[in-house]
Amino acid sequence: MSERAAVQKPPHVAVLRTPLGRARGLGSAKTGSKIWWAERVTSVALVPLTLWFVWHVIALAGLPHAAVVDWMQYPINTVLMLCLVLTTFHHMHLGLQVVIEDYIHTEAVRIASLLAMRGATALLALASVVSILKLGLAAGHI
Amino acid sequence: MTDTRDALMIGRSTDGKLVKRPLSPHLQVYRPQITSVGSILHRFTGVAISAGTLLLVWWLVAAASGVGAFDTVQGFIASPIGLLVLFGWTAALFYHFFAGIRHLVWDAGYGFEKPTYHASGYAVFAATGAATVLVWIIGLALKA
Repeated sequence: MSERAAVQKPPHVAVLRTPLGRARGLGSAKTGSKIWWAERVTSVALVPLTLWFVWHVIALAGLPHAAVVDWMQYPINTVLMLCLVLTTFHHMHLGLQVVIEDYIHTEAVRIASLLAMRGATALLALASVVSILKLGLAAGHI
Repeated sequence: MTDTRDALMIGRSTDGKLVKRPLSPHLQVYRPQITSVGSILHRFTGVAISAGTLLLVWWLVAAASGVGAFDTVQGFIASPIGLLVLFGWTAALFYHFFAGIRHLVWDAGYGFEKPTYHASGYAVFAATGAATVLVWIIGLALKA
């Protein structure tokens, strides 16, 4: 026996699988590129939308309720706020999914976390959309 | 070994013996570098601004609910804790914004030379600091 064998015992393989059997199911799942692209497309859209939003938040900060409602009732602001919220939550859901898949290894916990994250993201997005539409389409002040 | 996934960690040495494939050392043995720190911060700030969307949604829902609810949110944002949260959110947002642009440039196939990605890593930190401070100076000056 060589010295190397003394350091590391040769592993015992109890699972009998052919090399082809091992390789099957690995590699591309054939649908990942769509998600990868969606993450990039939403991030490109978020560059101008974020700058626009930050600029207007500075202008709106501390203003009374009526001023915020007035601002939201300009169609351009209603539309861009909807764009911002929908793009943000789409991008956020894609990003958080990768984080959960990377760090949560127990399958049941991982699936539960993914479902909870998806549900929460959808609820937050819907709450934002309904609020923006209510503010934007309301006749007069709320 | 009974898990089929373990079978993927088995290889053969040149003399034909079965050996376990080596694993890379754990993350903690590596010295933090601008590349690794910048990378994990991109993920960290992504999670942080995701949590920060709660404040945005609260603000929108309150604005749509009426003056009372809206004044409650404005009161929270103007409080010391609210301002701290908003400042952290601004910094995290700008970091993710600039590091995201760096990622898009990489996706386009540019910026992979060592001096370039070191420089762009520091540029992201500089831009984050400058943009965060600028936004708060403008914001506070407008309110003054």
